[in-house]
Amino acid sequence: MQINAAGCHYRTLNQQIKDAVKRGEKSIELLNVNGQRYIGDGISGETKIIINGVPGNDLGAFMSGPTIIVNTFAQDGVANTMNDGKIVIKGHAGDVLGYGMRGGKLFVKGDVGYRVGIHMKEYEDKIPVIITGGRAGDFFGEYMAGGILILLNLNNEKPERAVGSYLATGMHGGVIYIRGDIDKYQLGEGVGIVELKEADNIVLNKLISEFCKDLNIDTKSVFNKPFKKLIPVSKRPYEKLYAY
Amino acid sequence: MKPGILSPYCEKDISACGLTGIISKKGRKIKGEVIIKSISCMDERGNGLGGGFAAYGIYPDYKNHYALHIMYNDKKSIPVTEEYLREAVRIAHQEEIPTRKVKAIVNPPYFMRYFVNPPVEIHEYMAHESEELREDNYIVKTVMHINSEIPGAFVVSSGKNMGAFKGVGFAYQIADFFMLENYEGYIWTAHNRFPTNTPGWWGGAHPFTLLDWSIVHNGEISSYGINKRYLEMFGYKCTLLTDTEVVTYMLDLLIRRHGLPIKLACSALASPFWKDIKRMDEGGKKLMTALRMVYGSALLNGPFAILFAHSKGLVGLSDRVKLRPLVAGEKDDMVYMASEESAITAICPNPDKVYRPDAGEPVIVELEKQN
Amino acid sequence: MLYRTPTYYEFKVERDDTRCIRCQVCVRQCSYSSTFYDAEEDRIFNIDANCVGCHRCDTFCPTDCITIRRVGENFKENANWNAWAIRNLNKQANTGGILLTGMGSDRPHRIYWDHIVVDASQVTNPSIDPLREPMELKTYLGKKPDSIEIENITGARGKGQGASDYKLKTKLAPQLELDIPIMFSAMSYGAINYNVCEALAMAAESMGIYYNTGEGGLHRNLYKYGKNTIVQVASGRFGVHLDYLGVSAGVEIKIGQGAKPGIGGHLPGEKVTEEVSKTRMIPEGSDALSPAPHHDIYSIEDLRQLIYALKEATNYEKPVSVKIAAVHNAAAIASGIVRAGADIVAIDGIRGSTGAAPLMIRDNVGIPAELALAQVDERLRQEGIRNWASVVIAGGIRNSADVVKAIALGADAVYIATPALIAIGCTVCQKCYLGKCAWGIATNDPYLARRQNPEIAAERLSNLLTAWSREIKEMLGGMGLNAIESLRGNRERLRGVGLTDRELKILGLKHAGEGM
Repeated sequence: MQINAAGCHYRTLNQQIKDAVKRGEKSIELLNVNGQRYIGDGISGETKIIINGVPGNDLGAFMSGPTIIVNTFAQDGVANTMNDGKIVIKGHAGDVLGYGMRGGKLFVKGDVGYRVGIHMKEYEDKIPVIITGGRAGDFFGEYMAGGILILLNLNNEKPERAVGSYLATGMHGGVIYIRGDIDKYQLGEGVGIVELKEADNIVLNKLISEFCKDLNIDTKSVFNKPFKKLIPVSKRPYEKLYAY
Repeated sequence: MKPGILSPYCEKDISACGLTGIISKKGRKIKGEVIIKSISCMDERGNGLGGGFAAYGIYPDYKNHYALHIMYNDKKSIPVTEEYLREAVRIAHQEEIPTRKVKAIVNPPYFMRYFVNPPVEIHEYMAHESEELREDNYIVKTVMHINSEIPGAFVVSSGKNMGAFKGVGFAYQIADFFMLENYEGYIWTAHNRFPTNTPGWWGGAHPFTLLDWSIVHNGEISSYGINKRYLEMFGYKCTLLTDTEVVTYMLDLLIRRHGLPIKLACSALASPFWKDIKRMDEGGKKLMTALRMVYGSALLNGPFAILFAHSKGLVGLSDRVKLRPLVAGEKDDMVYMASEESAITAICPNPDKVYRPDAGEPVIVELEKQN
Repeated sequence: MLYRTPTYYEFKVERDDTRCIRCQVCVRQCSYSSTFYDAEEDRIFNIDANCVGCHRCDTFCPTDCITIRRVGENFKENANWNAWAIRNLNKQANTGGILLTGMGSDRPHRIYWDHIVVDASQVTNPSIDPLREPMELKTYLGKKPDSIEIENITGARGKGQGASDYKLKTKLAPQLELDIPIMFSAMSYGAINYNVCEALAMAAESMGIYYNTGEGGLHRNLYKYGKNTIVQVASGRFGVHLDYLGVSAGVEIKIGQGAKPGIGGHLPGEKVTEEVSKTRMIPEGSDALSPAPHHDIYSIEDLRQLIYALKEATNYEKPVSVKIAAVHNAAAIASGIVRAGADIVAIDGIRGSTGAAPLMIRDNVGIPAELALAQVDERLRQEGIRNWASVVIAGGIRNSADVVKAIALGADAVYIATPALIAIGCTVCQKCYLGKCAWGIATNDPYLARRQNPEIAAERLSNLLTAWSREIKEMLGGMGLNAIESLRGNRERLRGVGLTDRELKILGLKHAGEGM
């Protein structure tokens, strides 16, 4: 089904989406979206939502299951506290993506802003994944407690700067893979760079193939450069912070 | 704040009282003696420090004009006030309010009445306000200006075809002073006051008025503090520090500004208990719950009985646990309400029925036809 | 070592050996290894340095042979460099760490409640007998419209108060309905254990109030108390998912708390047990960091974004509360929060409690709840938006009189936590952050947690609330009020005692001795 979002308040639009999900619609295409917030917020199930136009902030917040395809770009707060499902953005996206994300996947073809993948966490079989095709700003993976962050650094005008400073500062779980070089000064507290193992390659291959397929990218162009792997050096980075 | 408007002690007025009211539903004229006889039964409920009356239908010759009753504590304020009035309104007629010397009343203020209408131009510069309220709102502003800006002058009442007469003394003395036996009205209310801390100021007596509304009230409202703060949120300034003022503004807010019917406004002021709401049907439960949720700060908690008169009717209401008395009586088209039954039987020896309204349940009487 | 590292201890455990029967109850009860039994000598000894002064041992000693005595008097008397200061400085010299503490500030900040007195009616209006006449404490928290719209369905000629004459047209925002204007403040699972969470939930249900999950998620077994549960969404987003939001009665965004305004939280990995892990939805043993800010809120318009993200996620069926620490600019912030769409604003004062906070922050950052409350209520009234949201005050409510004063100052309801914990055994030893609470409250050690029986604890909590509600009714009756809404914001019924003009102005109170 299609919903024309032109001039539609987000509350009305989202109610229509919720009603459609409740009716069991398998695919909902939104037309003329422009800035409507909270699309996909709090919905569960297996619906696929295709967005034409620019969705507003908090796209897919608290979402638990559905798939969202954004044909252009997205703003801030995508996949905020998302529990499950998949969001694919065919352009770039803004700041604070995947904040507190606990499960599901977020694929962004282009660049992303500051604080992406901040405080991502994993739990049991839920391992959230964010893959960024372009570059990322500062505080990438801050407080990261679980999940997988992949930065591909493709089509970057400044390939030597795949990511900003304070990278993974406060990281205490999960893993980050970055295609390209990282300077020491970029690293945040408590994070270390380690060699990739065979298991890492299996994970990368699987996830990147899915990403490339969804976004129509040649897989080979991705694997022409080595990846760096970042993990927390201590599960207790602040152990000595307090006097008991 | 100017001296003379507030009580000299700047303290909240606390008064216990007696009250009585009469209405002829057919709009027949009732002589002033009747209400005087009724209120005089209840001198014991006052202490001689305040008495007052409101009368409706007393100015048939000027019934389309706002009748301003103005009290002057100081004759010097008369020219100042009249100069202001000439600028602010169109005066159709003005005269001294006739009074007579009464032994018990020493040094009374001077009283004038003016029959006025707002200038025609107000429809231009008050265009942002709704058309039917423009004239009323303009008069309210004029009254507020005199009361707060002109020392020594105080507007006692300002409604059409009605007037308030009040002062320091027992009600019968005030009636004597104003020669109320010469007036005839289709609604009368009267009040005998027992103030505890505002002796000697004529403006503090009841009734309290706002345009054609007049309130007489008995009891001290324990929730005064929050009622006042609630009204302030809607732009009311409670400068007189009396419960009556708060009751009047509350009715104005609920009925005139929020459009609640009188009955529901009364249910907000004396709301039903949660246990009773619980027993109502779904619709009633929803309505009363919402009323209490939204108008919790309007609840008048503590003892009160009020008579609220307006040009089209008379309403009596007591608090939610009946801490103040209110009796109602009916005979033909006449309805009587008073603090004591004797005040009714004094003027209506054989009423068709006499009853005591339940706590918080208003007695609403409306004129059968427009007077 | 140049010299012995000093650990000046705080308590001395004195034991009357002639009365000790060697039952070893004290040894089993002490969770801080301050007491041990020497079988060879058949005697019980104490390591005074480990004693935290929680009084678990002497409470349980069947022969009353234990006395816990404070020490510190042995330092040279000094108003400036007292035992407290010397101990703290040594701790830091020993470890290089930030001083950690638990519970609310114990510093002598002025307690304004103790400088406020309550009115009663005499003659001119009557006091009311609360035991025999109706006395209503019911409170609705949430956004209220300025006015209601109704329609006439009968012609309104009937007698009565109009309930059957009119129909409500206005659709009201979702509300929390409280039988008593008191709620249990946020305490997260992890900081307290499951048994205590369940006790709070049971007591909330039986008393018709709400408890607050804090930011630690909600254990699945407690979903059945959902209609009495406020779930928190804090910066860590622990355990925040659709079921969690869906099962609740209301959602609270935690921006800050009074004990540690402006700083985040940190549940150390060793407290993340299997059950805590399931509830917070993070791996067992991993640190649970709560960043200082929500990283999706860097400005007031971002708060609006999160408020509405939660409203969207809960279909606008649940009120959203925003909790802040009381800080200098609380009134303006509260106004912003209300305008951002919050249904409830909760304000936590400087004496607010916590499971763990840096000592310097707890004791020095923020302002007293009383002053913040007075200013917030007044500001919202001046702006004409007081009814857009309810105000809940927290941080240092100790008894029913504090509740009465808070409501008269302008609160719709209060949050309590420390009184609830004291009701179930807490002696405010301030060592919650160690996770070894001998009273079985601030610990997830199953051996210790078993000391709290949810049924018994719930009964004690209910007793506490029952007692307070009786006292509140007595005070209301004394003032001649029979509904709590007539007390709310009714500052005329309060007077200040021993306060400066400026303090009185901030509180919006007259001084005692001034009439109305």
